[in-house]
Amino acid sequence: MYPSRFRYEAPHTVAEAIRLLAAGGDNAKVLAGGQSLVPLMKLRFAAPELVVDINNLPGLSYHRADPDGTLRIGALCRHADLERSALLAGTQPTMAAAAPLIADPIVRNRGTLVGSLCHADPQGDWASVVLSLGGSVVAEGPDGRRSIPMTDFVTGPFQNLLAPDEIAVEAVIPAAQGERRGGYLKLERRVGDFATVGVAVSLETAGEVVRRAGIALTGVGASTIAASAAAAALTGHSLTAESIAAAASAAAEAARPRTDHRGSAEYKRHMVATFVERILTRCSAEPAERAA
Amino acid sequence: MKVTLTVNGTEYARDVEPRLLLIHLLRDELGLTGSHWGCDTSNCGACVVWLDDTPVKSCTVLAVMADGHRVLTVEGLANGASLDPVQQGFAHCHGLQCGFCTPGMMLTARWLLNNNPHPSSYQVREAISGQVCRCTGYENIVKAVLWAAEYEAGG
Repeated sequence: MYPSRFRYEAPHTVAEAIRLLAAGGDNAKVLAGGQSLVPLMKLRFAAPELVVDINNLPGLSYHRADPDGTLRIGALCRHADLERSALLAGTQPTMAAAAPLIADPIVRNRGTLVGSLCHADPQGDWASVVLSLGGSVVAEGPDGRRSIPMTDFVTGPFQNLLAPDEIAVEAVIPAAQGERRGGYLKLERRVGDFATVGVAVSLETAGEVVRRAGIALTGVGASTIAASAAAAALTGHSLTAESIAAAASAAAEAARPRTDHRGSAEYKRHMVATFVERILTRCSAEPAERAA
Repeated sequence: MKVTLTVNGTEYARDVEPRLLLIHLLRDELGLTGSHWGCDTSNCGACVVWLDDTPVKSCTVLAVMADGHRVLTVEGLANGASLDPVQQGFAHCHGLQCGFCTPGMMLTARWLLNNNPHPSSYQVREAISGQVCRCTGYENIVKAVLWAAEYEAGG
């Protein structure tokens, strides 16, 4: 399969990339890892006239924590970088759990977290993780930078809030208010398949009390779903069998699964509850990660 | 558009369409047909080559993205007449049947052993989990990689 013909540019500065995108209007696409865009172009689901490859932009491969614990992930940070990250392993349990579950090991060498957020696939794992952590995306355009909360960033399946002349340069995870606990579980038929169901749970705890909770669901709706009522069932309480069951049941209620070749709607809804319960039960049994 | 890349230590310059995929540049333009064009949908991994220092699925990389970079294919695995230990392991352990997935499997195996010289059988399985052997000969592929690890450890 070949993509349709397109013009290709590989600028060396963000300013030049933005200028190219502005000139390309609605028919331009940003290419980072290419692990979603190239397949879409080969299938002709996407046929941009201009592809702006950002792989030559310097200084975007990072993921690092600010002194206050805010985590920043650059647009060219690959899934594999996050999978092998000691920083994430020590401070971000939800992200560390999700990184080895993204696509397959070879795709992870190339694909990026920020690109995955921009792709806005309802079955994308990172969107749920970042949503559960209260994260945001930093977009850079001709007028400078703006921060877009993940709750607003995805506007629909495969659609995001970026203007045609903006580039998502960074994802940001705010510092925890307390200690972090959490996890990500994904049901897939085989490695590399899209999630049948994915569940991200991120907690910030003080002692035994949950100060902030985020729960988000992958693959069980037309977009990533923030299970706010499930998170609210935990906030202000300690993790008990009752609060865990209440959160699991509220998350299952928030799911909007459809029956397809991966399973029935009923089965997927059941798996949402099971995964929420499983992650929270682990959280209640294990010591929290160092606050970050 | 003009691209210059180094494949298995040799520099090549070609004028290509931006939509040309890396697998087709390697096979059709450079005549390096060791890398196989399989599923064409990023699933099977028959097309795995190294781009600089990491394995990638070359059906999902544009050839122009390799401009200025190094590529390693199965043709570059042996050191002259001496087979790479991974290749020896596949020969020893019957790690290939039809051979279609073999180049990609061996390039991933080489990368794994460079980064983890003593992998467990689970780690080998994890490393090749994005690649498909349609003969279902996984058991011997895993044995072949473990054989190479042992060989390199002097065992």
